[in-house]
Amino acid sequence: MIVSKQKPFTEILATLEPVSRIFLIGCAKCATVCKSGGEEQLWQMQEDLTAAGKEVTGSLVIDEACHMLRVQRDLRSKGEQVKNAEALLVLACGAGVQSVSTASDRLTVAGLDTLFLGNIRRFGQFEQRCSLCGHCILNETGGICPVTICPKGLLNGPCGGMDEGKCEVNPEAECAWCQIYQRLHDRGEQAPLSAANPPRDFSRNLRPGSLKLEK
Amino acid sequence: MTSILRRKLDAGNFVVTAEVCPPKGCDCGEFREKSHALGKIVDAVNVTDNQGANVRISPLAPAALLLRDGIEPIMQLTCRDRNRLALQSELMAAAALGVTNVLALTGDHISFGDHPGGKPVFDLESVQLLQTIAALNSGRDLSGARLHGSTSFYAGAAAAPAAEPFEITLPKLAKKVAAGAGFFQTQAIFSPDCLARFAEAVHPLGAKVIVGILLLKSAGMARYVTNRVPGLKVPVDLIHELEDADHPLDTGVAIARRLVAAARPYCDGVHIMALGKEELIPDILAGLARDDDHD
Repeated sequence: MIVSKQKPFTEILATLEPVSRIFLIGCAKCATVCKSGGEEQLWQMQEDLTAAGKEVTGSLVIDEACHMLRVQRDLRSKGEQVKNAEALLVLACGAGVQSVSTASDRLTVAGLDTLFLGNIRRFGQFEQRCSLCGHCILNETGGICPVTICPKGLLNGPCGGMDEGKCEVNPEAECAWCQIYQRLHDRGEQAPLSAANPPRDFSRNLRPGSLKLEK
Repeated sequence: MTSILRRKLDAGNFVVTAEVCPPKGCDCGEFREKSHALGKIVDAVNVTDNQGANVRISPLAPAALLLRDGIEPIMQLTCRDRNRLALQSELMAAAALGVTNVLALTGDHISFGDHPGGKPVFDLESVQLLQTIAALNSGRDLSGARLHGSTSFYAGAAAAPAAEPFEITLPKLAKKVAAGAGFFQTQAIFSPDCLARFAEAVHPLGAKVIVGILLLKSAGMARYVTNRVPGLKVPVDLIHELEDADHPLDTGVAIARRLVAAARPYCDGVHIMALGKEELIPDILAGLARDDDHD
């Protein structure tokens, strides 16, 4: 899921400085799990904005704010409240914000910073395991992604900064390549790593990405 | 143009290298003075590349200046700041200016340096950079296109003999040699045992080993290195020796001299890191039987 975090309230308030009537939008999926844009955060935001002298014309938690047609439809259903607002404050990931800015002619304000595609370790604890790089090498690396877990994204083994199996950038973290070798060793595998991995093909994830499923 | 370093190593001569950090700025006066003094002592001078992820002049210009002064450079090149196009064009430029030795490095992470908010590149890494150098040497670029004139670099790589677990670093060293690394310059070594283990593992690969010797200037510095530099651990008895010394720097030189002597049977040369005390390198090398003269 997409991990996001609310921007500092002062920053949000500064962006909203020129407007006084605001409609709030959250997302029922990732932003709810991240506690950055669910029902609770919308209520809190309404309270804080009101205390700061703003008027909240209404609020809406969209089932998936990244779903462009749904956003369009849901905003229409809140017609008057949206129309009365000068700005839409969106507590969803960057994709959600852009669904809204595409669907509405109102000033759209992003209330969150979108961080990464995250795994959930436990409630409230997220870890990046995948970088959406467009070319999985997980089958060769024991199911551990060095592109993501190694801060340098190294494809051919640990860097010179690895020590005691720890990462040079974060000595608390285990070196991705130590994890990979350990896991392959435990499985009695080694062969796929004896040859050098070629340079990554970055053309596989040139931006903006798009995918159309064949029928 | 061929590498004199390679010629000496191939002939079985014991070589000495040292490094000089290029300036932060374009005034290379001090760099040239230091290198000139060093050039009389060592076989080749490493020119570092944005060392520690701190911005400095590109190593290309200082390496070319060294050549002008009759000193053979080992140009270090990291993958942190350049993508594959920039790396190749930098290498071709270096070849055009007469640089013959390149040390292919991945590079320290950008978060350690003076521009931690910058974008680290790492389009390639050390193994792939070595493959790139091999491609250029064969007259082709990384995409296979033929070049107008090929390079003839003697490529080297870094190694961290004291990093644990050691066996996990080995496959990468093998990949580096397979990708064309003719020599390794190692991180500083303090333990002859660790060196023996390293030499035993690396020599079958067929690359020359130039062992890193760090001049310990004081007990404080030894502790700092142990605590702060990844992969470096100064043994406790050496720290005690420095602590008990009336003149720690002299003791540091003596320790370095001992390490050089201990390294001698296992390696093809030493890389002395004197950190501003380059004038002490002859003392560190005193007693070492050298097989050739310096010109």
